[in-house]
Amino acid sequence: MAEAAIRAGCRYYFGYPITPQNELPEYMSKRLPEVGGIFVQAESEIASINMVIGASMAGARVMTSSSSPGISLKQEGISYLGGLELPAVIVNMMRGGPGLGNIAPSQSDYFQATRGGGHGDYRTIVLAPASGQELCDLTYKAFDLADHYRNPVLILADGMMGQMMEPVRFPVLRDVERLPKKPWALTGAKGRKSHFIRSLILDPEQMEEHNWKLMRKYEQIADSEIRYESFKTDDADLVIVAFGTAARIAKAAVKRARGEGLKVGLFRPISLWPYPSKALRDLAKRVKHFFVFELNAGQMIEDVHLALGGEADVFFYGRPGGVVPNPAEISRIVSRQFFQKEIG
Amino acid sequence: MLIKTIFAGFGGQGVLSMGYVLAYAAMVEELQVTYLPAYGAEVRGGTANCTVAISNEEIASPIASAPDNVVVMNNPSLEKFQHQIVTGGVMFVNSNLVEQRPVRGDIILYEIPCNDLAHELGSDQSANMVMLGGFIEKTGLVKLDSIRSAIKDVFKEKKKAKEMNLKALDVGFDYMRKNGGKV
Amino acid sequence: MKKVFGRPKTLKPNPYHYCPGCGHSLLHRVVAEVIEEMGAEEIAIGVPPAGCAVLAYNYFDVDMGEAAHGRGAALATGLKRVLPDHLVFTYQGDGDIAAIGTAETVHAANRGEKITCIFVNNAVYGMTGGQMAPTTLLGQTTTTSPGGRVENRDGFPLNLSEMLAITRGSAYIERTSVTSPAGIRATKKAIRKAFEIQLQGLGFTLVEVLSPCPTNLKMSPLEACKWVDTEMVNFFPLGVIKDITASEEAQDAH
Repeated sequence: MAEAAIRAGCRYYFGYPITPQNELPEYMSKRLPEVGGIFVQAESEIASINMVIGASMAGARVMTSSSSPGISLKQEGISYLGGLELPAVIVNMMRGGPGLGNIAPSQSDYFQATRGGGHGDYRTIVLAPASGQELCDLTYKAFDLADHYRNPVLILADGMMGQMMEPVRFPVLRDVERLPKKPWALTGAKGRKSHFIRSLILDPEQMEEHNWKLMRKYEQIADSEIRYESFKTDDADLVIVAFGTAARIAKAAVKRARGEGLKVGLFRPISLWPYPSKALRDLAKRVKHFFVFELNAGQMIEDVHLALGGEADVFFYGRPGGVVPNPAEISRIVSRQFFQKEIG
Repeated sequence: MLIKTIFAGFGGQGVLSMGYVLAYAAMVEELQVTYLPAYGAEVRGGTANCTVAISNEEIASPIASAPDNVVVMNNPSLEKFQHQIVTGGVMFVNSNLVEQRPVRGDIILYEIPCNDLAHELGSDQSANMVMLGGFIEKTGLVKLDSIRSAIKDVFKEKKKAKEMNLKALDVGFDYMRKNGGKV
Repeated sequence: MKKVFGRPKTLKPNPYHYCPGCGHSLLHRVVAEVIEEMGAEEIAIGVPPAGCAVLAYNYFDVDMGEAAHGRGAALATGLKRVLPDHLVFTYQGDGDIAAIGTAETVHAANRGEKITCIFVNNAVYGMTGGQMAPTTLLGQTTTTSPGGRVENRDGFPLNLSEMLAITRGSAYIERTSVTSPAGIRATKKAIRKAFEIQLQGLGFTLVEVLSPCPTNLKMSPLEACKWVDTEMVNFFPLGVIKDITASEEAQDAH
């Protein structure tokens, strides 16, 4: 993931240690100087996200990473990134919460991630990888999206993604000099008028205009940046909806259930904001039973309800607190659903 | 094929390295593999374990609730994992440090005096690689040569450790071949 | 006719929003003059705070990037790390730098970030309406220290500059005031020196400027200046607090 960031042209990393994501800053501290970049271990998550703001203002590709409690601290800065329209990539390797919680894999920050998280009317692009390869590819892509829309992008993974190792194929190393220029950046008023980058807009009408401008941008993102995967949904009677690690387990459960002759499919949102609501709604024209599986007490299910608008049954199974069930557990529940509901 | 192995012991015994090297070797053979380390809040002296899943298909979960193999380097690990192994699964025990034996009769047990063998070699820290050698001889999960190239890559910046680990690997492999280790 | 006095090019022709008698207007001008005199208009990047000076980007005609309350030093760190040849300065009030932003400031100093903090100390939270600041004097009445600041209820005034001088990464720290022409000249000299030391890459630099806030002190501008000169200086003595170039010179002389 760290290597993917560097290959995408990221040369600045600011962070603060927290488990389970320390492998990332450790790698950055060693690797960034090799490519002429800079790693700074800040005194807090708050300081690190503000260093990210500074580097982003200066036009650099920059990232930070943390895990749930640390992401709460970064929310101030993420709100500013949203208001200031600055690109940055933020990684959240979610762990069990609330409070200090534990260091086991969890998906309990879905609400925080997809609803902005900090104060004010803004959106963050949220990408949820489900494999080592996707972690790498989405991180790489995140830098392009952030620059393109001048918007923060959050990679939402969990402790398992953070700790697990899988072989990956790396994307090509970008030439930093040839990345698109950022004429808005603060680089000194040389041969041009001075710039200022601010989010303070005291006049309510002007602030409203700024808000509408942001909303127009978010609509554009919602039109263009939907990502999801459908697995064996074509003939499915029941579709599991899951993201990240949960989707990985669900996929194996689908294979098991298929082995028992049950027509089960998987719908996996990859972009959590914007949420692939339309694709899900289209699916509900044919599929009448949905099974939402999350490693939390029920968060994404709200987006599923919003997308389906009562057009299908929605059943929920969640394991919060860092408990990760195995595929057999999920396929057992799926077959029970089949029998109880007499699907198919 | 999907084979999941848990390596467990004290932090500092090199259990994570065992798993890492195995995972790396599987990568060398272009198999699908996941490596998932787990440890307590303490770095040394606490419990540590890691799970390696090897398959020729996409791996759904890197977690093993019912592992096929368990490698046990200390007493607490035996207690913790002996009931999780699948029926017919295999347990490898470091007989120098593990006093108890599993109560189960439906699993296969191999013993190897890793610490003694490593000590004879003059490298107490290499007990983990002695175990890995024995493990590979019995499971044949990957080729011995793949483990060798994994060790060469993983320890490429630590020449001395690399040489010792390669020797220890052979010692464990040969011990298992000659003595069988089966109880 | 020769024009002998005018607006520095580094200030925009906008009228200040500051209250009459406020030190910010003077200090803005001083900073702008120094940038112009150093010919640093094209490399200067300012970081205004939350607080009275939040609108500083309306006045300074150089690149400016707004920071959240207290985070100036962290944001400036990010800017400077990307643009090591630029002149990066923050402009922060006492609440911003010495309360909510203490951690960011101490650690930026300790890392020896090559930035300059201009720390305006007026002993109150001005913008929010005169609440007690970390630098409010003992006995000083504010809207949240009725009857005067008491140490065992409110703690002591914080001597941030002296604290920062202890960090090994700081290179130059001086406290001045803008209550008199002499004070203004000293302030200008100190800011110039801080900027020069920053550009030489010697470490973290800070100039603390004692500044009158007649509105919240509920005094006339003159009274407020006098209060700074007679009361504030007892807690916050003027002068150079740290200057690593002076000790080098002193060593050279030996």
